Amino acid sequence: MSRIEFMQGNTASAEGALAAGCRFFGCYPITPSTEIAEHMARKLPKAGGTFIPMEDEIGSIASVIGAAWTGARAMTATSGPGFSLMMENLGYAVMTETPLVVVNIQRGGPSTGQPTRAAQGDMMQCRFGSHGDMATIAITPNSVQEMFDLTAKAFNLADRYRVPTFVMSDEIIGHMRERIVIPDSVETVSRPPLAEGELPFAAGDDGIPGFAPFGTGRHVHVTGLTHDERGYPDTTDAEAHDALVRRLYRKVESARREMADYEVTNPDAESVFVTYGPPSRTVQQLLHDRQDEGVGHLRLRVVWPFPEFALQEFADAKVFLMPELNMGQMAREVERHVDQPVIPIPKLGGELHTPAELASVLEAHR
Amino acid sequence: MTSARDWLRTDRLPHIYCTGCGNGTVINCTLAAISGMGWERDETVFVSGIGCSSRAPGYIQTDSLHTTHGRALAFATGVKLAKPDLNVVVFTGDGDLAAIGGNHFIHACRRNVDMTVVCMNNQIYGMTGGQGSPTTPMGAQSTTTPYGSAEAAFDLAELAVAAGANYVARWTAYHVKELTKAIATGLQTPGLSFIEVMTQCPTNYGRRNKQRRVSDMIEHMRTHALLIEKKRRLESEGTPIPEGMFTVGELVRRARPAMGVRR
Repeated sequence: MSRIEFMQGNTASAEGALAAGCRFFGCYPITPSTEIAEHMARKLPKAGGTFIPMEDEIGSIASVIGAAWTGARAMTATSGPGFSLMMENLGYAVMTETPLVVVNIQRGGPSTGQPTRAAQGDMMQCRFGSHGDMATIAITPNSVQEMFDLTAKAFNLADRYRVPTFVMSDEIIGHMRERIVIPDSVETVSRPPLAEGELPFAAGDDGIPGFAPFGTGRHVHVTGLTHDERGYPDTTDAEAHDALVRRLYRKVESARREMADYEVTNPDAESVFVTYGPPSRTVQQLLHDRQDEGVGHLRLRVVWPFPEFALQEFADAKVFLMPELNMGQMAREVERHVDQPVIPIPKLGGELHTPAELASVLEAHR
Repeated sequence: MTSARDWLRTDRLPHIYCTGCGNGTVINCTLAAISGMGWERDETVFVSGIGCSSRAPGYIQTDSLHTTHGRALAFATGVKLAKPDLNVVVFTGDGDLAAIGGNHFIHACRRNVDMTVVCMNNQIYGMTGGQGSPTTPMGAQSTTTPYGSAEAAFDLAELAVAAGANYVARWTAYHVKELTKAIATGLQTPGLSFIEVMTQCPTNYGRRNKQRRVSDMIEHMRTHALLIEKKRRLESEGTPIPEGMFTVGELVRRARPAMGVRR
């Protein structure tokens, strides 16, 4: 029997992780994400898992990567400054194809910024923040229910594609309380196992090698250096590096249709809002209030890899309007995929756009 | 019982170490100690950071995690706590452990996670070409201390004692029997065991510091190592300890509460 509760977004994220079988949490406290760690500190030991407070976020993500190589579903939760500290090791996780989940409860930046206010300023960082070329997965909940559902889903994406997966939430959704339906169980996907006789970093057509956890006798050497299919360092061969980086990139980017998760409202509309995370709630309110089929809405739940084909669903679109809690980060991504004008509607300071604010921008561009 | 040779990943040889480097000696002593433990290769994981020392796991036929600079102990903490049945051994160096990784070092000792940490202290950043590290002696030449190092050096073993590690010893690449025995004791001791090994880097330390031959460096370690029992005796007598000496031996063996001990 599923159960209905009234829950905070951060708690729901932790519950989603537990339901998905997360059994390791590396922690460093940071506002506004701490409720996730606190909930895991209480619940994980009872579920047979490990909760460990580390000395900083560099250490917390490192411990998560180490735990993931023992086969555990592992995660951490953080916010802007902590996310910045994790960048080098997140690049290591990409290079070593380590499945893990990071929940980022975004707050106002740069720097220490606004610890208790919401923002969406890390959307480029989760995709491009570590050095070198790479691809990652980012998903964006807009409700307490989705904090549960999408955190659970993040583990499946991480395991399926062997790549760090980010739940890019924010202070508004993290601290919001709403009704939530907690299911009995959630669907889980396992990591593709390393076949007998196969090399640990050799991949088939989908670009994803099989996984052999530590302690299973496969003697996998894991390194952040450019490596061959055996996992052995091969740092000066141009072709080896080219092939590895392209594979790491393509295994995620080429799967964007199979990963795509979005909602389309009024596909015949000429004015189309494109949103992710909490600004989608304001647009939903606006559409509810106006009942205007001339206004469309594309709401993304998977932002990276970016589903550019979703924009084509609005065949009559004349303008795309993008309310974001940043200076227009994803608006740039949309801009490069469409010929129509893209209007960023930045909102900084921690509060959502009001429906009236969005309505006035809408009217100005009709 | 296996021998040290059985643990080598032979298809990765030859290694990258320079002629005369002490790291091979340290790896040999570590594998000899592990062989004596009767551990299974399938249940043992080597973890390292970045630097010459940290290349060691790549030459060992087990699961191994060659991580980012300074972070080996944080990664190893995740491995050990997620799966306490695995034996975890960390190879690190003075720059990796004491500079960029200093915070993880003291906290790993404080947590006393059940693992053995072998630090190859060559008093220099070898892989990047001989820059001064936190253990470069005051006055020593390096590419970033061309007028002699102006900073005091860390005593890594004393730091590990102060931070709470259950077993701490220091030997040198000259003292192979004592070193092997110390590593074996470390492997047997629950909690974090820290073995600091003074080791020679002829390429990037010796030739800039009037120890041009490998044998000069070995001889220096032999003549400047002061047994800790002797040091304590000299101190109690009020006899001054000669300049440039460093202590070797077992600094501490204790049973503070430990984490990640195999159930």
